[in-house]
Amino acid sequence: MLNIFKIALRNLTRYKRRTFLTASLITVGVVFVLVFIAVTGSFKHMMVGQITDSFVGHIQIHKKGYLASIDNLPLTMNLTPGALKKVEKAIHETAGIEAYSKRIKFGGMFSNFVETTNIRLNGVNPEDEAKTVPLLFSRIKEGDKTIRKGEILVPELIAKGMKVKVGDMVVVIATNKDGSVNGKQFKIGGIIESATGPGGRDGYMHIKDAMEVLRMEKMDVSEIALRLSDFSTLHDVHGKIKGNLSTTLNKAGKPAFEVHTWEKLSPFFNIARMIDVMTFFIKIMLIAIVLVSIMNVMIMAVYERIREIGTIAAIGTMPEKILSMFLLEGFCLGVFGVLTGVILNSGVLYILNRVGLTFDFGRQKGLILSPTIDLSDIWVISAIVIVVSVVASLQPAYKASKMEPIDALRHV
Amino acid sequence: MSLVTAKNVSKTYRTGNIKIEALKGLSFEIEPASFVSFVGPSGSGKTTILNLIGCLDKPTHGTLTIGDTDISHLNRRMAASFRGENIGFIFQDFNLLPVLTVFENVEYPLLMVQNVPSDERKKRVMDLLDAVGMIEQKDKYPDQLSGGQKQRVAVARALVTEPKLILADEPTANLDHKTAYRVIDIMKKMKDEFGTTFIFSTHDQKIVGEVEVIYILEDGELADRQVKGG
Repeated sequence: MLNIFKIALRNLTRYKRRTFLTASLITVGVVFVLVFIAVTGSFKHMMVGQITDSFVGHIQIHKKGYLASIDNLPLTMNLTPGALKKVEKAIHETAGIEAYSKRIKFGGMFSNFVETTNIRLNGVNPEDEAKTVPLLFSRIKEGDKTIRKGEILVPELIAKGMKVKVGDMVVVIATNKDGSVNGKQFKIGGIIESATGPGGRDGYMHIKDAMEVLRMEKMDVSEIALRLSDFSTLHDVHGKIKGNLSTTLNKAGKPAFEVHTWEKLSPFFNIARMIDVMTFFIKIMLIAIVLVSIMNVMIMAVYERIREIGTIAAIGTMPEKILSMFLLEGFCLGVFGVLTGVILNSGVLYILNRVGLTFDFGRQKGLILSPTIDLSDIWVISAIVIVVSVVASLQPAYKASKMEPIDALRHV
Repeated sequence: MSLVTAKNVSKTYRTGNIKIEALKGLSFEIEPASFVSFVGPSGSGKTTILNLIGCLDKPTHGTLTIGDTDISHLNRRMAASFRGENIGFIFQDFNLLPVLTVFENVEYPLLMVQNVPSDERKKRVMDLLDAVGMIEQKDKYPDQLSGGQKQRVAVARALVTEPKLILADEPTANLDHKTAYRVIDIMKKMKDEFGTTFIFSTHDQKIVGEVEVIYILEDGELADRQVKGG
């Protein structure tokens, strides 16, 4: 095999310019695909991180049917203390959960004593929320990075529209689940930056204050957000906790809870899927480039070497050796293209990271991308290119191996 | 016992509806360690009979045996294997592999066809290169050699597997007078040294003058058999 490999390599170096051009085409394709995967991958990774770590969390648990009516923030669909106890028990029994945070979500009126507007609010325990969505407090543009009792974090758009600032007093009025209206005065503790996605423009207050506004004697929570110790176990943990909770049934005999990953909760998941589809088609383009260029060069190689094929066949070389000789040429071209592509890709990524790629997404400005590529992606692309190179060489190689020596020797 | 035996061998080619009878019922015997040539004008069937003996083609009728083997019905793989073990080829255009050095060209059949161990391979190649006077050029590539040198390498390549038979189609056609005689001398020497049978297909009077048996072909038929000194 080593000798066939040596002959294949020598044949490639024999037509230096053609080999160089074909390998360059593969290299450009590999660099393009790897850079694309690195940039879109880092964009995806960053946005998913922003969404899950800023407000959504990795997984959320609600009462069955809550998500369908989440736009109304229905207090009647909150988890009762009994249900909450069962959920917390399931959380503690499920491995891989790092933190969780109970939230009371409700809609209310926000007044600065001059004007009134609608507001969506989350009552949270700040310590639990910080552990579950660690980027939440980094979104506080003004004020202390915490949520104190008696204070409210106001979304920046409302703060701007209502012309309020940190330290101002405001009133929050809300209707509780029994239909009675209550109000409470709050000091603005901070202005919170908007984030992309549902819940990205919500205000925050302490969970005890939310209970007070809603006149709750016992805590009825709207949702429980979970943070996993390892994000890659998302679906595994989701399946487990869903399984643990599935034994609790409601009056209709169906599971009493619904468990969703961030993918079901954020529309960005569809963008991520679009990116995956684009990546798939980019890979198909790479396959086409490799297939056409290698096949072209190998067909030329076979055509130009018909007499040589005839000679080695006449000498007694078995057809499978002739086949492997040409297959190895395609393989070497693929390997050469991949190696240079991977090296060049590292250089391009280094430059991109040094220069710094910034972009805006929704109301988030100046996000900096740090394109990196997983080793697994490099392996996959390399394997695709090399396999396609061999496949593209198959037809010309087969033709060469099946050539009748007498016809090949007569070829002029 | 004869090395090559042809009994009533015919070969017909078809080009569309046209039948071309290249060989018409040839019968002959070639003895081991002989120097034989098929001669005749173009289209007389010289190359066709060489192709049949070389298992590169099959007769339409008749039987052709080399040693104990009837080669008339060998399939592709068996024919390739038989050629690799028993037959050496020398071509008019030398047909050396341009990406291999002189040494590697001669080594090729041992390496890729017969899988001979490295030490023995090296010894056999060096001995033959020495015999054909090409040892000094062993690291050169074919494009660095003259025509005569290339043909000497081709002779060494044909002999290196120690075949029973070497088929040479117009081996001196592309060589000048002096070089042609040198190559013929080498082949004669090899025949004497290794007991190899050389079968030529040629117009070249230099070869015709040196062979022991001449088969004269005309229009695909064996017109005459001349034995030198016979």
